[in-house]
Amino acid sequence: MIPDFKQAIPVDQIGVEERVARFRTRSIKKESKLFALKLALQMVDLTTLEGMDSPGKVRQLCDKAMYPYEADPDIPKVAAICVYPNRVRLAAGVLKGSGIHVASVATSFPSGMGTLESRIDEVKYAVDEGADEIDMVISRWAFLKGEYDYVFDEIAAIKEACGPAHLKVILETGELETYENVRKASDIAIYAGADFIKTSTGKISPAATMPVTLVMLYAIRDYYLKTGSKIGMKPAGGIRDAKTALHYLVMVKETLGADWLTPDLFRFGASSLANDLLMQIIKQKTGHYQSPDYFSIG
Amino acid sequence: MSEKELTARQNLHFDELWAYDPAPESPDHVKIEEQYNLFIDGKFQEPAGGRYFETINPANETLLSRVARADRSDLDKAVAAARKAYDGVWSKMPAKERGKYIYRIARLLQERAREFAILESMDTGKPIRESRDVDIPIVIAHFFYYAGWADKLKYAFPGVDPRPLGVAGQIIPWNFPLLMAAWKIAPALATGNTVVIKPASSTPLTLLKLGELIRDAGLPAGVVNIVTGPGEIGSAIANHPGIDKIAFTGSTEIGRTIQEASLRTGKKYTLELGGKAANIVFDDAPVEEAVEGIVNGIFFNQGHVCCAGSRLLVQEGVADELVHKLKMRMETLILGDPLDKNTDIGAINSKGQLDSILGYLTDGVESGLQIYQTKCDLPENGFWCPPTLVENVSQAHRIVQEEVFGPVLTIQTFRTPEEAVSLANNTPYGLSGGVWTDKGSKIFKVGKGIRAGVIWANTFNKFDPTSPFGGYKESGMGREGGIHGLLPYLEISQ
Repeated sequence: MIPDFKQAIPVDQIGVEERVARFRTRSIKKESKLFALKLALQMVDLTTLEGMDSPGKVRQLCDKAMYPYEADPDIPKVAAICVYPNRVRLAAGVLKGSGIHVASVATSFPSGMGTLESRIDEVKYAVDEGADEIDMVISRWAFLKGEYDYVFDEIAAIKEACGPAHLKVILETGELETYENVRKASDIAIYAGADFIKTSTGKISPAATMPVTLVMLYAIRDYYLKTGSKIGMKPAGGIRDAKTALHYLVMVKETLGADWLTPDLFRFGASSLANDLLMQIIKQKTGHYQSPDYFSIG
Repeated sequence: MSEKELTARQNLHFDELWAYDPAPESPDHVKIEEQYNLFIDGKFQEPAGGRYFETINPANETLLSRVARADRSDLDKAVAAARKAYDGVWSKMPAKERGKYIYRIARLLQERAREFAILESMDTGKPIRESRDVDIPIVIAHFFYYAGWADKLKYAFPGVDPRPLGVAGQIIPWNFPLLMAAWKIAPALATGNTVVIKPASSTPLTLLKLGELIRDAGLPAGVVNIVTGPGEIGSAIANHPGIDKIAFTGSTEIGRTIQEASLRTGKKYTLELGGKAANIVFDDAPVEEAVEGIVNGIFFNQGHVCCAGSRLLVQEGVADELVHKLKMRMETLILGDPLDKNTDIGAINSKGQLDSILGYLTDGVESGLQIYQTKCDLPENGFWCPPTLVENVSQAHRIVQEEVFGPVLTIQTFRTPEEAVSLANNTPYGLSGGVWTDKGSKIFKVGKGIRAGVIWANTFNKFDPTSPFGGYKESGMGREGGIHGLLPYLEISQ
């Protein structure tokens, strides 16, 4: 049954932030650290979303996704690369057979201010080009105006246009301001058919934060408790270092449990995070930090 | 959530796949003497009877140190030293100079915070996360706060001439040994009194270390004196004719005898005693945050907290969802080595306390109560009790009426705000209470209805030196903290 989205689910800002502060006090050491670092690397959606993304740049990113650190065969691949629709064909070709997903932003990313028809067409184009994951944006203007049915219907329409591709719904939490709005937008996206909910485009500050992500994880948990269906979570933007990534994993583990500790249900939308994870993995294995110059840029 | 949804709900798996490796704080740099003497007149002195008792680590039952057992003559010596320091130095010293000494104690504690936190966890069994992030920071905050009042007492009580009382006798419990000592020493010194203080016999070490720090800070001899020993010494303090004021924190039972002794010997007194606080959750509350508040309310310091939220009152419509989420949250609490930075639940403070808690649970089972405990493994040595819920209880049950002082939460439901308030007040205690609702007006209405000294709204167990703390009814007399906390140490004349 679809809930009445006009009814806000109360969220206490101070309580959420205190809970997050407590996740941050977890101390992750030794083998449990190495395990988590490798897991985090497998969860990265390696991303480039710039107007200057040439085919050459995207090819470099794909190579980095397949061979994060070729010197050590024990290092896993990342989950996906994330690009604009006009680079999907190239990426899908390079990554063919690698098991790495090709995610495309679509739906007039990042603002979402196109017509619904053009946004749906863009999704179909990206899927036809070879994307198996679509990262859409919601119409924040409609959400903030209280037109929750509009937002629900656009997500449902885009989900239909995705066909077999997985749909990640970007809430752009930096524009929603309150945690109660984040919770409400999460519920709308989940009930309208999202496979993943995602915090941010990376084009608006603040992007992903731990408190915002926690509120979204609570929405996912409530949906799971009600229906038994598992929705994925993708914080994106602003997660640059391994330590922060481990704090996110602690939060996922202690909120949703081990079932969500998989790239099928949790991703990091990030670009520079991968190399910090690599650096920490090598440090954990060898006991020494290496210069950033030993890690290829994507 | 509907009943059907609840039966269909899935369980989450928190333990699998990724367990955190141990991350213990090292106790290596914490110096614990093999034996501690009494701190009297600025020096550590052997007890007259030459006897010592042992203090152990309740998490593994290993010996930490041997501590002097004071007798009556030692106490006389301590009181005489305190009187001499009061008459000769402390009451005559300009107030701003007094303040400087208290600031110095605060700064030295700040520098050695980690050492004090580790020792507190070793002696009490409380998790390092709490001693590091709660106990010691608030200890320091209290000394800083009251240091500031030392030369401003005339402004705290304008138009009157506040004067110190003389020698204050202070008796400290085992649940927050250093914190309760700070709550008492800081205002006593700031107001110009001298101190004879006795820690609980199971947890004397951080206060003795504070004695070393006070000595090193150059406080005039005799201003603070520490006597260690069994309960009789506490009783002797309460009865001592040379002591002008008693400050006691501990059980209501002992509090009564302290009160009698204080009245008989004409002392001023403050008592911080037991509690059986209601934590009231309405159906419009933020559920996830309420769960967190309930956990902090009852499992903080293994429930060894006089203001613990030990009675959960939850509105019927949200009860099933809240209790289910509370149980999920409890599965993520890590019980074990108090020095591990990831430990949420440490050891029970003593064998005696553990037996008392288990007694309540055994009785509960016999009277047909549903007891729910988390699945965590308990260490072999030491004293342990997993986080525990007692469901389907009512006011008639002993476990609802009496203070268990352990990680045990009773759960009752209610229908209306009036019912919640009457359940909350149906106890001999009145120390604290919690209200969880998204509606501000309800916070004020229900908060006013609860007869307790401290009410938290949408949070629990928050402490600040500027805020007065104390109870109604059998939870005590007088207030500690804030401007109110100065009053019990002052004679106010027009």
